Amino acid sequence: MPVVHRAPTAESPPHPPPGGSRTWAATSPWRHRLDRLVSPYAYVAPFFLLFAAFGVFPLIYTAWVSLHDWNLLSSANPFIGLDNYRELFSDGYFWNAAFNTLSIGVLSAVPQLALALVLAHLLNRPLRAQTLFRITLLLPNVTSVVAVVVIFSQLFGRDFGLVNALLDLVGIDRVYWQANVASSHVAIATMIMWRWTGYNALIYLAAMQAVPREIYEAATIDGASAARQLWGITIPMIRPTIIFTIIVTTIGSMQIIAEPLLFGAQVSNGAATTGGTDRQFQTLALYLYEKGFRSFEFGYASAAAWVMFLLVVLVVGFNYLVVRRMRGGLDV
Amino acid sequence: MGIPRTGRRLPRLLAPMVAATLLTLTACGGGGGSTPASGDSAAPVEKIKLTVGLFGDFGFKPLYEEFKKTHPNIEIEERQAAYADHHTNLAAHLATGAGAADVEGIEVGFISQFTAQPDRFQDLRQYGLDKRQGEYLDWKWQQGVAPDGAVLGLGTDVGGLAMCYRTDLFKKAGLPTKRDEVSALWPTWDEYIETGKKFSAAAPKGTKFFDSPGEIIRAIIAQAPVGVYDAQDNIVVATNPDVKNAWDLSIRMVQDDLSAKIGAWTPEWNTGFAKGSFATIICPAWMTAYIQDQAKNASGKWDIATVPGGAGNAGGTHLTVPKQSKHPKEAAELVDFLTSPDSQAAVFKAIGNFPSIPALYEQPDIQNFTKDFFNGAPVGKIYSDAARNLKPQHLGPKEGDVRTAIGNGLGRVEQGKQTPEQAWTQVLKDVENVK
Repeated sequence: MPVVHRAPTAESPPHPPPGGSRTWAATSPWRHRLDRLVSPYAYVAPFFLLFAAFGVFPLIYTAWVSLHDWNLLSSANPFIGLDNYRELFSDGYFWNAAFNTLSIGVLSAVPQLALALVLAHLLNRPLRAQTLFRITLLLPNVTSVVAVVVIFSQLFGRDFGLVNALLDLVGIDRVYWQANVASSHVAIATMIMWRWTGYNALIYLAAMQAVPREIYEAATIDGASAARQLWGITIPMIRPTIIFTIIVTTIGSMQIIAEPLLFGAQVSNGAATTGGTDRQFQTLALYLYEKGFRSFEFGYASAAAWVMFLLVVLVVGFNYLVVRRMRGGLDV
Repeated sequence: MGIPRTGRRLPRLLAPMVAATLLTLTACGGGGGSTPASGDSAAPVEKIKLTVGLFGDFGFKPLYEEFKKTHPNIEIEERQAAYADHHTNLAAHLATGAGAADVEGIEVGFISQFTAQPDRFQDLRQYGLDKRQGEYLDWKWQQGVAPDGAVLGLGTDVGGLAMCYRTDLFKKAGLPTKRDEVSALWPTWDEYIETGKKFSAAAPKGTKFFDSPGEIIRAIIAQAPVGVYDAQDNIVVATNPDVKNAWDLSIRMVQDDLSAKIGAWTPEWNTGFAKGSFATIICPAWMTAYIQDQAKNASGKWDIATVPGGAGNAGGTHLTVPKQSKHPKEAAELVDFLTSPDSQAAVFKAIGNFPSIPALYEQPDIQNFTKDFFNGAPVGKIYSDAARNLKPQHLGPKEGDVRTAIGNGLGRVEQGKQTPEQAWTQVLKDVENVK
């Protein structure tokens, strides 16, 4: 814990060094007290200043913009109160995007985390070339989203795609992946899983290595199978990590935009921002992009951004509660 | 073992990361100020750097060199972005008052959205460019003029319509291959459809008559005197019979299975060029360079015929100078130079974008200009005729959004998601929501 050792040294300047500061502190004890009270905040200030500039301010400013009829190009942006929100709530395309986001989120997150758990469990045992396997897990995550989506979109191509070629081979009808809601969601969920499964597996693996070996040894002696050990020991022991990954994955899947955007670009220019010709796979973030950066309706897009933010909080909160409830079932 | 080690290493890694972040931030802060500082007071003439923001290659590179001969103190940097990104970025840069190039290209699909905001651009009349008006096709000139009369953009090219076709595929399907005979096949879109049916009956496997109806419906609408907007900027999709007619024609083409169902500007489209998946394609002048680029293996197999249904315009660009430019005078000079008759002629010969200055159409070097890639087609003559016969059409501020709504409707029919009636109803509903 080197951080703990360093903390006092960080506080030391008021006491020993140069002559000037010594007299400054010595001459007036209240200044010394002030220094002790304030300087810790001064040390952490850079982060909070940056956070205020790039986190809090945009958040509040977005709320302000959302109350205006704010077109990016026009110079007059009249205040219209909650009209944008009213329009948004009655916009079927917004709720369609919300549904798509949830659907793609569930389709990608559930198998992704389950698979990550299994992968981590398999790697959490003496293996040859362990580092190699772990690096391999992380590789898809290092690849840029654009590269992943472009490659996968070609795999899922209608005419020349590999997936359809394989389906053809086994006598199943070709699928026009972008045309249907279900097939497009599956295709996009696959891309997300490809990028994030390994990443989550590594997080699980790190947590699993902190589980005492003796418990597994005892379980082995008691005759518990590997699956039983995973279910009975590993999962309850790494529960905080699982909660963490569920929350992070949920937040991530609420913000998906690059995958549907580039996937739709395979259909036509226009279908890229609308997420398919019938908005089959337009996510919330993509809806926001369409309104803000294609139609330049910043006021409306800001309203969408705020509602989206609240939805994320809602879904994450819901997930957190559900996972906490599971405690009773998991604890032995 | 692993965990404590990383624990010790983390703070050490953190320091450079924080430093890097701070550096990036200061670099961003400093960037804005560096441009005016570059003016060297010791030099006799101020050294100036002009930036030019474009979407795709406009064939300007050799012209910059030419410009520098008369303006040795000016350096020119060109930035290129994809079509949609370019215009999105431009809007953002104009709104925030920083980041725009000194000369920005704007495509006609976006032009009236930008000319509606004249206070964001330099009025080029202050630099005497209104003297150029007489040279231009009148409608092209007007597209660059704001409602208050300010001249915001000078035109580069026009996109007179033509129909490109694959002679080898036509031959295999038993159709004529000479461009005059092919043009005679389809004076109207109905006859184009009939030709398509004949083609389909005898076409090689895996080949369709055209790529997708998206560009075709755009062309048919462009041929009408009034398109999706009336002169007062009202959207008239629901009431304009010409738009409905264009829709019905496109639907028939889809139902007769003439479409390869490959959307324009998609990766599959590019593959389609290379594989010869479609036999005809709408080709405004600027499209010829793209075809040449994508269908490298098909040199001499493409040819150009007239478009069914009469002349029309699709695409074309204006060059503007944003108000925020630090060197508006020099930028205006560059715009003047890049749009001059000589420059437009040079661009046409180099990459195919067709001039918007009618005096050029009569010049023998343009009239007699041919392209080997298109089987020696007299592109100069073809596109001069197309441009001369053009009936100008008013384009409204949200052309792009309206076009997307219509294109998506056709897409839904193509994908078998909806009947034509359902799709049209939804198009009208979507268009109603375009503000």
